Amino acid sequence: MVEHGDIRVVHRGGSKINFREPVITNDSKFLLCASGECVKVFSTSTEECVHDLRGHTDLVTGVIIKPSNHLQAYSCSADGTVRLWDFTDGILIKTYVIGHPIYSIHASASHEGVVFVVTSMHADKRPDLLQLVAVHLPRSGDQMVEARELSAVLSDVSSNPLAIVFGRGGEYIASAKGLKLEVYLFRKQKAYSFFLKEDNKKGRRNTFTCVACHPKDDCIATGHEDGKIRLWRNFNQKKEYTYSTLHWHHSAVSSLCFTPEGTNLLSGGIESVLVQWRYNQEDQREFLPRLGAAITHITVSPDGSLFFTSHSDNKITIIQSCLKVSAAIQGLVKGESVTTDLMMDPRSKSLVLNGKPGHLQFYSLQRDKLLYNLDVVQQEYIHESGLQQFEVVKAAFDTSGNWLATVEERKQKGAEVELNLKLWEFDEQTQSFVLNTTISAPHEAQITGMCFCHSTDNQTTMLVSTSKDGHFKAWQLDAQAHTEADERPSWSCDFVGAYHSLVPECCCFSADGSLLAVSFQEVVTVWSTASWELLTTLSQPPKAIRNLCFGRLSCSKYLLGTTGNNLLCCWNLLTCSLEWSTSMDVSLLLADPISENMAAFCRQAGSTDLFVFKPSEPRPLFSQKAVCPGKVTRAIFTPREEMLESCEESSQWLNRSQLYFLTQHMDLMTFTTKVEEDRLMASSKQLVIDDTVAMTPFYLLLGKHRQQDSGDAQSGISAERTPLPQGSVAIKELLQTPAHVLPSTSFLCSMFVQSLLISVTDPREENKATEEEMESEKEEEDSEEEMESGTTRPEQAPLGRHAAESAAPALTKAQVRELRRVKKLDRSWFAGLLDS
Amino acid sequence: MASFKPTKIQVYPKLGEKVTQDTLYWKNYKAPVQIKEFGAITNIDFSPVAPHNFAVTAFTRVHIYGPFSQEPVKTFTRFKDTAYSGRFRSDGQLLVAGCEDSVVRLFDVSGKVALRMFKGHTKAVHVTDFTSDGYQILTGSDDYTCRLWDIPNATELNTYQEHTDYIRCGVTSKLNRDLFITGSYDHTLKMFDARLDKSVMTMDHGHPVENLLLYPSEGLLVSAGGRYVKVWDLLKGGQPLVSMKNHHKTVTCLSLGSNGQRLLSASLDRHVKVYNTTNYKVVHNFDYAASILSLGLAPDDESIVVGMTNGILSVKHRKSPEESKETSGQQRRKPSYRVFVKGKNYVPKQDDYLVSKPVKQHLAKYDKQLKRFNVSKALDTALETWLRRRKPEITVAVIKELDRRGTLKNALAGRDEQSLFHLLNFLIGNLVDPRFAPVLVTTAEMILDIYRSVIGQSPVVDRQLLRLQDLLEREIDYQKDLLEVLGMLDTMFASSIPRKEVPCSGISRSNGLGQGEASTSRPQLQAT
Repeated sequence: MVEHGDIRVVHRGGSKINFREPVITNDSKFLLCASGECVKVFSTSTEECVHDLRGHTDLVTGVIIKPSNHLQAYSCSADGTVRLWDFTDGILIKTYVIGHPIYSIHASASHEGVVFVVTSMHADKRPDLLQLVAVHLPRSGDQMVEARELSAVLSDVSSNPLAIVFGRGGEYIASAKGLKLEVYLFRKQKAYSFFLKEDNKKGRRNTFTCVACHPKDDCIATGHEDGKIRLWRNFNQKKEYTYSTLHWHHSAVSSLCFTPEGTNLLSGGIESVLVQWRYNQEDQREFLPRLGAAITHITVSPDGSLFFTSHSDNKITIIQSCLKVSAAIQGLVKGESVTTDLMMDPRSKSLVLNGKPGHLQFYSLQRDKLLYNLDVVQQEYIHESGLQQFEVVKAAFDTSGNWLATVEERKQKGAEVELNLKLWEFDEQTQSFVLNTTISAPHEAQITGMCFCHSTDNQTTMLVSTSKDGHFKAWQLDAQAHTEADERPSWSCDFVGAYHSLVPECCCFSADGSLLAVSFQEVVTVWSTASWELLTTLSQPPKAIRNLCFGRLSCSKYLLGTTGNNLLCCWNLLTCSLEWSTSMDVSLLLADPISENMAAFCRQAGSTDLFVFKPSEPRPLFSQKAVCPGKVTRAIFTPREEMLESCEESSQWLNRSQLYFLTQHMDLMTFTTKVEEDRLMASSKQLVIDDTVAMTPFYLLLGKHRQQDSGDAQSGISAERTPLPQGSVAIKELLQTPAHVLPSTSFLCSMFVQSLLISVTDPREENKATEEEMESEKEEEDSEEEMESGTTRPEQAPLGRHAAESAAPALTKAQVRELRRVKKLDRSWFAGLLDS
Repeated sequence: MASFKPTKIQVYPKLGEKVTQDTLYWKNYKAPVQIKEFGAITNIDFSPVAPHNFAVTAFTRVHIYGPFSQEPVKTFTRFKDTAYSGRFRSDGQLLVAGCEDSVVRLFDVSGKVALRMFKGHTKAVHVTDFTSDGYQILTGSDDYTCRLWDIPNATELNTYQEHTDYIRCGVTSKLNRDLFITGSYDHTLKMFDARLDKSVMTMDHGHPVENLLLYPSEGLLVSAGGRYVKVWDLLKGGQPLVSMKNHHKTVTCLSLGSNGQRLLSASLDRHVKVYNTTNYKVVHNFDYAASILSLGLAPDDESIVVGMTNGILSVKHRKSPEESKETSGQQRRKPSYRVFVKGKNYVPKQDDYLVSKPVKQHLAKYDKQLKRFNVSKALDTALETWLRRRKPEITVAVIKELDRRGTLKNALAGRDEQSLFHLLNFLIGNLVDPRFAPVLVTTAEMILDIYRSVIGQSPVVDRQLLRLQDLLEREIDYQKDLLEVLGMLDTMFASSIPRKEVPCSGISRSNGLGQGEASTSRPQLQAT
């Protein structure tokens, strides 16, 4: 067993951003979203993530803006703490420990120093019984404060934060659960409850789903399971309450929201239509249809100019108040299951998997951002639960990324499976995939496997699909040129193969594309792709083959397969015999396309182990027990952009490629080495804010890139980055001078740009020489470091800093004089401006 | 916000032949002119000189037709019995014809009475032709001989008695006055030189030879006999070049078209096939009403004349360029290009402020209804007369879309007699179409479920339902028959494919399984 030194399993692809409703800051500039264990701050104008607020140790369950200070925000988490943040700078101000898992947080301006949280106080007795508790936040200077002053306001409330809301600036609080609406009036200190019948006529479900309060009027809007919206009035008397009903939604209303002025009510549900009802004239409504996926939350900015809807496909849409979509923030779409394999787009190097229903998503792993969605099904999506839709079940790329094959499938009860095989060609002009051929009903039953031929010559592209109808088919691009110019080459069936009317399961091409292996239950058949002859059969009874994989490069003579009875077999294709086999319950076997390595995920007592090995060597290169709980069914090797220089045997397999995998809970994970993490930390660490520098455009320009003062390995590793001259007197002077007395920017620009350049006109040549020397020294150090693996890092760091410090002032000092001259100049320039 | 995605109309592969340059060319003929003759038309010959009249030999007469007349411009009736092989001389002045009574007659095209009678054959003469100098006549007869005659003296010059069966075809060289080739029912083709007393070349066709044709260059010879058309290379001493079997009955006639670029063959199977003479592939096919005995092609393919066993002469004239343009112009009568680009090709100047107008998505009528979830109305729109008659695929696509949305039942329900009648009519028309069957069968089932209670209330609907039942019963019978045929074919294929042993990996003990042959079937094309 090989010991794994510093390889860790880490999350990738972010968490849900639609878990709780997004919170908009008062100036509508930022959007705060609870996302996993952190709170993400997005800019509403650029849709980029500005920073993460990290600190919670469990799922963040709610975010609100502090009512008394609109630059601070509270967040609550299942770890039992409420934290106060400065979200503009991303600083944790205070932590209040409550002690019980918190499900949601509410606050209003009229209750200063108090937040209302939903928590289960009696964790020991009934964990499902939740209470709304007022927490008096103690005033104390400490970072970590324990909040002990708790007083229950309402008992038996819903865990859904949308079901509790403050009305009329905190005069009352409304909470709905099941069939009960409860209103607590703070002035009267009294709670009124209103009940609905379980089912009125036609078996409608009256269950409350969400609540919204009118900001000016005494009116509560409630959404219901059956799609109705009720407007409650006169609820401050127990007996004389009234309600009116609005009905447009056909399924449950998932979110309701009044605009700040109270003129409109917004509602949304699974239909993915945003409905805007005019308050008091409810027959006037406007619609914004086809928002992409079911609406989960609706929020309105405090000035009422922007609406934000979060959707079930991990997306937040920004909508202008004239009901026009202006932008969207999209995260990695995670469905309940990924039916397509994880794939790699060879062109964009992005991860490709199922996204929205009927789409393939292209997710850039480097930038951790969704690039685009490819609409595969190309049909109007009907947002209705229980409807069988076309789903993309298989997809495959060819080696060059020119062709993409997708299979979509729709299963209806009592009807045949509808299948479509589509072949997409990459269009250089539009930089996207364009549909080339649609083959309807390519097989009579479901397609079990599909792969492209790996051969590097582009003359013949071949696709093989295996199906439960007992056949496998080879598809080929028609080579013959058509007589008409407008007709492009299309795909057609080249060969249909079968073996003893057994059902083929998986197929795999050898690295050079000359052999095709198709597994028919327990038999592996090997075919020649040139003549479609059955060359040989290999088998390992009594259980069916699960995975098939050809070895690569020096191991291309091996064919590996895993069987249902916990066996991993390796056949030698030259002798047509079993080379070795070992007993392990492999759930997934995959080959690294750029090395000989293979990865096998094995089930072992409820968790998954990983083995990385070469088919030719008996000893695994790497193994890790309990990579994650549950089964791993999807994984992929992706090539790295830059190679890692790791010499440790156990991490060498990660030098050129990375291994990503999906867990049972649809979390995207990967393996990182320590070297890689260090590098990431170095490049991503933000600057400590220098308070002496005022907020000027120049500051913003420079501040992002400023280098850290605390020396670390950054300058050593990324030597190509020139140290920026922020420390110089000139720049400081430049930044501190008020903007209106500075000369024109075009005048300053050239100087500024020059200061960034490594100056050639610098008179002190010897300085440069030393710099070069140092560079070469650094390189030597690097190579040494390889051998000693990181022990020299502390020595190297000061050296790097020294280089940075000596270089920066030297470059700019020459221009201090120049700048002084400019400062004298500016008065006359300013006077000239006044005269004109 | 994404825009509405319109219903996808499935594109089905076009059935029938592919449209190529050749199909366009050979389809560009007017409707045929049909002329009734007295008996089977055995020969058609075009005059080599303008206006390219053609001589039609049928029963006891030879008619000469002008290029555009439906009445014969000239008739030769002085035959005692069935006439054969009326042919023009290269100057178009003289015409020779054989006869069942073994006499060969030579006519002046402007005269009526035979100028010369060549007597000497003992049986019917089926072959007559002029030599290239125009002073001699070649004849071939059922008495197994072929003879050369001198025109001025009406004397026999030579007799060749080498064939052992009827001589039914012959051709003289247009470049050499002494060379001629004859084909006989003894399966051979023989080439003779008038300067020698015997044949100089013999080729075996393998079947009774019905017709012969020399290429203009005279390097290649084409022979027709049995179901085969064979091409021989004369310069290589009569080596067979190509053998074509495209007809399923005896090939009776050959002709060259498009200046030797295309070869036409006519057969008793009522087809005329056009071959490309570079690769000898069939590029076009004409169908006729009866078995074809003779075929003539005017120079420059101006007209195709075909004579059939039932005595009908079919003349097809090529469409003039204006005519062919007219027909294509009618198809393309749509709003003119100018309407579409109006103002759109304006290039904004430097200081112009561009106000962009939102592009309105154009949706079909049924899509507009589908967008509003008006399912019944969408189905009504898709069932409009024009759509359901001309574009059933659109109607089917809408039905499919409704089915996908789970609202097909709602759309089908609640119809009155009239609209149900239309719906059933559409089903009856398209249910058995294999392209639409999967969708329409579910639709039919739903209709039966929904309207089961009203059966017997409307005679119109009941009649339609009975028709539907009839149709389905017939279709089931067809399917049974087809499956039977399939089973037969399978057994035949299985017995014809050689059994092959697959090398089995029997080296390791665990690999005991897996002997046997792979069942491979022919590739089948299913791409759309």
